[in-house]
Amino acid sequence: MKEGHHHRKEKKFGMVIDLDKCTGCGACMVACMAENNVPFKQNETDKLDSITWMRVYKFDNGKKFPDTEVCFLPRPCMHCEGQSGHSGHSPCVSVCPATATDYDTDSGIVSQIYTRCFGCRYCMAACPYHARHFNWWDPVWPEGMEKALSPNVSPRMRGVVEKCSFCFHRYQLAMDEIYAKGHRDFDEKVPEYQTACTQACPTDAIVFGDLNNPNHEVNQIVKPDHNHRLTGKSGNPKVFRLLERLETNPKVYYLSSREWVRRAGDNYQGEETPENYKVKEVHH
Amino acid sequence: MKLDRRSFIAFGVGASAGVAVTPIPWKLMDDLSIWTQNWAWTPVPPDGEASYETSVCTLCPGGCGITVRKIDDRVVKIEGADGNPINDGGICVLGLSGPQLLYGPTRITSPMKKIKGELKPISWDQALSELAKKLGNMREDGKAGSLACISGSDQGTVPEIFARFLKAFGSQNFICEQSSADTYKITNQKMQGAYAAPEFDFANADYVLSFGSGLLDGWGSPVRMFQANSSWQNNNTTVVQVEPRLSNTAAKADQWIPIKPGSEADLALGMAHVIIKKSLYNNAAISRTTDFNAFKSLVLGKSLDEVQNVTGIEKKVIEKLAKDFINPKKRSVAVAGKGQGTTPGSIREIMAVQALNALAGSINRKGGVFTSRSADYINWPAIVMDRIATDGIRKKRIDEAGTGKFLGSRHLLNRLPKVINAAKGSPVEVMFIYGANPCYSMAGSKAVNKAIEKIPFVVSFSSYLDETAKKADLVLPNHTNLERYEDVYATSGINKAVIGLSRPVVQPLLNTMHSGDVIIKLANKIGGSVAKAFPWKSYKACLKQTLGNSWNPLMKNGFKTVVSSPVHSGRFNFAPLVKYSNSVVKAEGKGGENVTLILKDSIRLTNGYIGSTPYMMKTVSDKVLKTDKKKKMFYSRIEINPDTAKGLKLADGRYATITTSKGSAKVMVTCDEGIMPGVAALSRGLGHTAYDGYLKDKGVNVNNLIGPVEDPVTGLDAAWGIMAKLTRA
Repeated sequence: MKEGHHHRKEKKFGMVIDLDKCTGCGACMVACMAENNVPFKQNETDKLDSITWMRVYKFDNGKKFPDTEVCFLPRPCMHCEGQSGHSGHSPCVSVCPATATDYDTDSGIVSQIYTRCFGCRYCMAACPYHARHFNWWDPVWPEGMEKALSPNVSPRMRGVVEKCSFCFHRYQLAMDEIYAKGHRDFDEKVPEYQTACTQACPTDAIVFGDLNNPNHEVNQIVKPDHNHRLTGKSGNPKVFRLLERLETNPKVYYLSSREWVRRAGDNYQGEETPENYKVKEVHH
Repeated sequence: MKLDRRSFIAFGVGASAGVAVTPIPWKLMDDLSIWTQNWAWTPVPPDGEASYETSVCTLCPGGCGITVRKIDDRVVKIEGADGNPINDGGICVLGLSGPQLLYGPTRITSPMKKIKGELKPISWDQALSELAKKLGNMREDGKAGSLACISGSDQGTVPEIFARFLKAFGSQNFICEQSSADTYKITNQKMQGAYAAPEFDFANADYVLSFGSGLLDGWGSPVRMFQANSSWQNNNTTVVQVEPRLSNTAAKADQWIPIKPGSEADLALGMAHVIIKKSLYNNAAISRTTDFNAFKSLVLGKSLDEVQNVTGIEKKVIEKLAKDFINPKKRSVAVAGKGQGTTPGSIREIMAVQALNALAGSINRKGGVFTSRSADYINWPAIVMDRIATDGIRKKRIDEAGTGKFLGSRHLLNRLPKVINAAKGSPVEVMFIYGANPCYSMAGSKAVNKAIEKIPFVVSFSSYLDETAKKADLVLPNHTNLERYEDVYATSGINKAVIGLSRPVVQPLLNTMHSGDVIIKLANKIGGSVAKAFPWKSYKACLKQTLGNSWNPLMKNGFKTVVSSPVHSGRFNFAPLVKYSNSVVKAEGKGGENVTLILKDSIRLTNGYIGSTPYMMKTVSDKVLKTDKKKKMFYSRIEINPDTAKGLKLADGRYATITTSKGSAKVMVTCDEGIMPGVAALSRGLGHTAYDGYLKDKGVNVNNLIGPVEDPVTGLDAAWGIMAKLTRA
């Protein structure tokens, strides 16, 4: 998929999550688990070994009672573009020794191929977002509950890493349907392809679509600035990304009207703010 | 052959080159890595034809439309139905986990009878015949009045069938679980002359003031409320949350005002003080009310200093809040009923908050609160009662609702354990339990369990082997929500009424039977006038006839919007509030306690009939539930302010013992700046003793620590917390 197939426009699927709207209800997490056959254990209180492709974090402004404020932040895989643009230098992709995770330049989705993964967990160490999870145990479904497994996503086995795929199988199903209808590409205005979390969110906090498509809401909210070395930095002052300074160029954006929330997205120093922060040009 | 150095090296190099060139080691390694992942026990979900079916979720009273994705005849996913007037594509964690409830191992697989203390499978024929015989004998012995039924709801045809059965049988004891909507109904009866549930027009409000209602924590129709929050964000509606802790609702509000728990009514009256003193109220609206002057002297009789003292909120904050609320340019609405509203609460509190709405002219006004019309599509012929039934019905209700002191109340389930435990023998001979799990979900679990055990014969209609079903003598399992027909009437928190139709998307998997059919069959077996009260062949026939012309559109879309004009209500009367202004509900305590324990509701945990699913348990934060280091025991985490912790020599992650007059539990401390000092909060929905390893023995059931407190006016449970002692463990 990497080269050659340029019969349709290159897409860059991304997401913007409105943290003002997110109420922390957790529907995105469960929708994701149900869609992607994510296993569950009897003890999920140790969050380090709890497999959550989508996880809602809760954090506060660090102030004492009664000035405390709280924000909820859903975290899927960021599908990082990496430093040199749409070429797939994502932190995880560049370290995988088995090519078990790859960057699809057609869609911008970072894949995970379970049967190639041999469980070295290098990608987990490389991922700054804790978006990757290791199957320490065999997945076990209580008797009868395997019936609810979806055939669209293969259940993972012990010893492999898994993560959010932006519901890639839904992308494939949508493309199949488009071809079946005799079309070559997505209708730009009709969102034929949505992730399960976007669909489930009762607050419509998640907007998912092609960041390259100027007609799509996601592009209109994010206003990605491609002239910047930080590819895709948002032109919207309320929109930020997590750990922007690492130059991983995530395709998941967050929107918040609260300054402390935007600041919490990275370790901004002194006068630096998410808005004025610029990456220093490095000459090779 | 002589092996010299030269040929040894040549051999070595040749062997290395050979190994490197042949694909054998690489092939073996590849095979090995595939083999290590090819465990037979990793399931491969069978493929098949995908299809979608529309239905309505009945897992909570919210009434969301759902789209069920199936592969052949398997349910693989539940999604929110687009275009449904309640949830329009949105869905919650519980609705999403429907397949886990359908296929999970906690379901009851067939009718069961308790034989020598153990539930053993029996046939439906045997179960129904034995029960019919037992009930028939009761009627002959003149004991018809000692049949009782606990129902999780009184809305819709299935609860109506149960109520009808009891009446035709000769018992008044159809007892329904109550919520804050019921306290509102009594309030509206007393203040506006209409026994009607409130209908908040949140979509059109500019200013929402919530007195601890968990509007975004599972209150009302939860998904509808999440969507309302987004519209508040888009329309710049101001939301103010008055609550002792920073709940999700408070976190999303524009302002969080921490208040001493239990003093919400005092704040409302204090705000009324400011509004009346400065004559800021809506004159036109007040001119149409009764006994305003009495109310005026009541609120002016209490100084703001006193209010500040009781509520812990500064005078100037109260003044500003009152002025913001009464702003004539804004459509303001105030709402009360704590958390998800599952506890009926204090009528004084709800009356005081309704008085605020009256002052702002928000009663029966766009963007305010209406008195809603209850479902009126169930019109069955009157029951022709025989002599036994008319005699039985003369016996007073066991919970004493609707009589004497509790004239205005229709159901007082919370009083039942007390009455049963105090009686010499059990006043209930046979108890039906439908859509409820009282042994887990009612405050004062110890007394509830004792009362249920005292009843000679308990019949559970539960689909799941829950705490109450485990105690039953006969279990007649209902189909789950994805296997049965049922009507859903939803109004809460929306400005329109919607009838939804839940219908089977799969054939019943197990040997279960629709509870509506069970009752119809039972009535027919008993015969006589009881059978005549149920002229339908089956529940489906009954439902189809009841819905009449709505059946076809409901089958097509899953829902039907009902044009709901508000019911006529009379002049707003302040007199009842003045009369009950001293009916304060205090937290129980013996003295010597060091914290006020309150309960926290979360959308991620259920606390009623349906237990939380494995998926839901996975979303529960480690700040709410945590295991010990050996990962053996699960502890509920008690949320306290770091200052409180310091004072009690506790710290985050430490173990503590919480003791109330009802019970004691070991918990783990969570320090959080989002809770008032002196207050401790525990999550509802944990500490099950039934179900499977995903839900059982996880933390503490708060109902073991808190007991019901009767509201002096309504008799309904008004407990909002309890005094407790928190010590290092």
